[in-house]
Amino acid sequence: MAEHRPSASIEAVESGLAAQGYIASRQIATAVYLAQQIEKPILVEGPAGVGKTELAKAIAAWRGLKMIRLQCYEGLDEAKALYEWKYAKQLLYTQILKDKLGEVLGGAATLHAALDQLHDFGDVFFSKEFVEPRPLLQALEQPAGCVLLIDEIDKSDAEFESLLLEILSDFQVTIPELGTVVAVAPPTVILTSNSERDLGDALKRRCLHLHIGFPEQKLEERIVESRVPGISQTLRKQMVGFIHEIRTLDLKKLPSVSETIDWARVLVLLQATELGHEMVKDTLNVLLKYEADIEAAQPQVGTFIAKASRQGVFG
Amino acid sequence: MRENLHRFFRAARGAGVRLSPAESIDAMRAVAKVGFSDRAILRDTFLLTLAKTQDEKKALGDCFDLFFDQPEPSQAAPDDGDADDSESGTETTESGSDSAGGGDEAQDLGPLAQMLLSQDRNEMAAAIANASSAASLSDIRYFTQRGIFSGRILDAMGIQRLRDDLDDLTATNPALAERLTAALDGLRDTVRDTVSQALMLYGREEAENLRNEILRNAPLSRIEPRQVEQMRQLIRQIARRLRERYSKPRKRQRRGHLDVRRTLRRNAAWGSVPFLTAWKRKHRDKPKIVALCDVSGSVARVSDFFLLLIHSLHEVVSDVRSFAFSGHLIEVSDILEAKSPEEAMAEIMAKVGFGSSDYGGSLADFEKQWMSAVTPQTTVIVLGDARSNNLDPRADILRRIGERSKRLVWLNPEGRMAWGWGDSEMPRYSTFCTVVRQCATAQQLERAVSDIVATYQ
Repeated sequence: MAEHRPSASIEAVESGLAAQGYIASRQIATAVYLAQQIEKPILVEGPAGVGKTELAKAIAAWRGLKMIRLQCYEGLDEAKALYEWKYAKQLLYTQILKDKLGEVLGGAATLHAALDQLHDFGDVFFSKEFVEPRPLLQALEQPAGCVLLIDEIDKSDAEFESLLLEILSDFQVTIPELGTVVAVAPPTVILTSNSERDLGDALKRRCLHLHIGFPEQKLEERIVESRVPGISQTLRKQMVGFIHEIRTLDLKKLPSVSETIDWARVLVLLQATELGHEMVKDTLNVLLKYEADIEAAQPQVGTFIAKASRQGVFG
Repeated sequence: MRENLHRFFRAARGAGVRLSPAESIDAMRAVAKVGFSDRAILRDTFLLTLAKTQDEKKALGDCFDLFFDQPEPSQAAPDDGDADDSESGTETTESGSDSAGGGDEAQDLGPLAQMLLSQDRNEMAAAIANASSAASLSDIRYFTQRGIFSGRILDAMGIQRLRDDLDDLTATNPALAERLTAALDGLRDTVRDTVSQALMLYGREEAENLRNEILRNAPLSRIEPRQVEQMRQLIRQIARRLRERYSKPRKRQRRGHLDVRRTLRRNAAWGSVPFLTAWKRKHRDKPKIVALCDVSGSVARVSDFFLLLIHSLHEVVSDVRSFAFSGHLIEVSDILEAKSPEEAMAEIMAKVGFGSSDYGGSLADFEKQWMSAVTPQTTVIVLGDARSNNLDPRADILRRIGERSKRLVWLNPEGRMAWGWGDSEMPRYSTFCTVVRQCATAQQLERAVSDIVATYQ
């Protein structure tokens, strides 16, 4: 029995994600399954637009969990990512309680006694009431657990990575004034990276490392099928074939899955039934985002269409 | 199976995947969840838990395939051994009657001889595996160790006893002795295959390290053509290392110097009571480099690698202008940016290479046209042997370059011994340089460039 269960549950992950419109490869499904089983974050790397962020959304939707997203950027620090004291509120309260403060301290006979009473008082201001939870702390406090998406971690500074280590390995954070906050239910953590810079070993070690590349042709066709239902089968085959040909070129930015989907939508809008030379030329700017790339691809369009439609006949 | 996993981890390290104990523990936990039944899932699991980069994933995938293919060849190899002595088919049929007749004789033989005669492949494979672990085969690192490990494995399997048996049998039962000899040859082949495969699994990393180490310390000007590609690879590695080390953000906060204006602005929300402080920052410049490379004769190859290194440091160095000279000087930055290293070098050589070098003339060319490229933030690097064929060295121009620039570094591929001998003008030039160093090997090149970049940190 134990022999069959893992592959069955990996298939369950696959179909669960598929129900949310995310067609996962076997490796992605295995990663999601393992992340759940051994409670480790997944670090997803890959070119832009292959569905790294989408994966987190799909997991959240499939499991019916809340998704908390932390977008990283240069200069992100713990005040914006973890927690912050509500300074203004603290200030306001001390103002309001000024009279009360006089009363409390008025009863004290000596300066020493007053100080003791003030100590008790101080703890009131550094309590949960005055903490503004930011995404990371929010994620730990979700009673039902959640999907925490730390997006584009490579954009943040190296110091921020170190801040994440405690959360990633033990699902807890330490706030000096309050103590350690442990996750109510361990969140599923997804980190994404475009490999703009190399991440630290310490961070990588704590994660399952998943690389999502460009999908195979069959898989990409299924993705288009699920995302753009209105497209005919022949056109779908041809356009995916065409994109795979484009990816063999040496371009600045290769078209990824999100571009494929956009293009499929455009083609449906234009009511195309099959790839035509003119139509491809006119819509090439959906696929390629650099003028130089479009110029490089332009002369090849004819041969690529021919190749793609030949595949359509035999495939 | 635990033992197998451990061996796989060792093999993975051999393949160049960095594995810490924590990672192997994670992998074992993960494997415990997914089981061994589905090979594809097991492979994915290892790739997810152990590998941390795309390169490592590829290496680990190959290693996985090699490792888990292993049981088949070591079982199939006795097959080969049998196939070598082509009469084995007929012999097995004989052996039935033989062993019935000569059963008593077989009883006297050692365990290895009996095993060889019984031709039980599974038993054989198990015995080889046992002997391999007894000989700690997974410690093999270099191809020169193959003989030693084969010997150890055969010893562990009891070849001594087999030899004694053979000696006895040649006298009493020549036919059986012949069969045993043939089987022994087969066994040797199998063991040799096992050891070779282990070397492939466990020794790759070490062999590569050794090769790289040798390459790093080899004189750049004298490496053989077939090593050029490897050297380029090595230079790219060096460039990556330097990039990682020096491409950290350029801003550094200066604790202790309060930036009053920014602090007030930031705290305007709560009546300028300074809850948040802003500190003065210091911007650091990215290195600006002007490189003058001699491309005549023996220095050309060093220049080639030097230019490759400098131009692969985009993230670290903001501005590189390179010039090549032998008889006269031209700017080559655009050629290097636009083309692959091989093509670029070929074009540069066609334009200025192979002349006799004229340092004075080249420096004059530089002063006339490009002196404005040198600013107080620039490091000027001159790469050359300073052998000017007894022409006027024009050291005065070098002095002016040195005065204009932040630093003037001279890298000389020749050893210090040769400086000043013959037509070398090195002593005259070196008075005007901030740093003069020898730069003949990849390692020296790395240190030199690393030091130059570090002065900007």
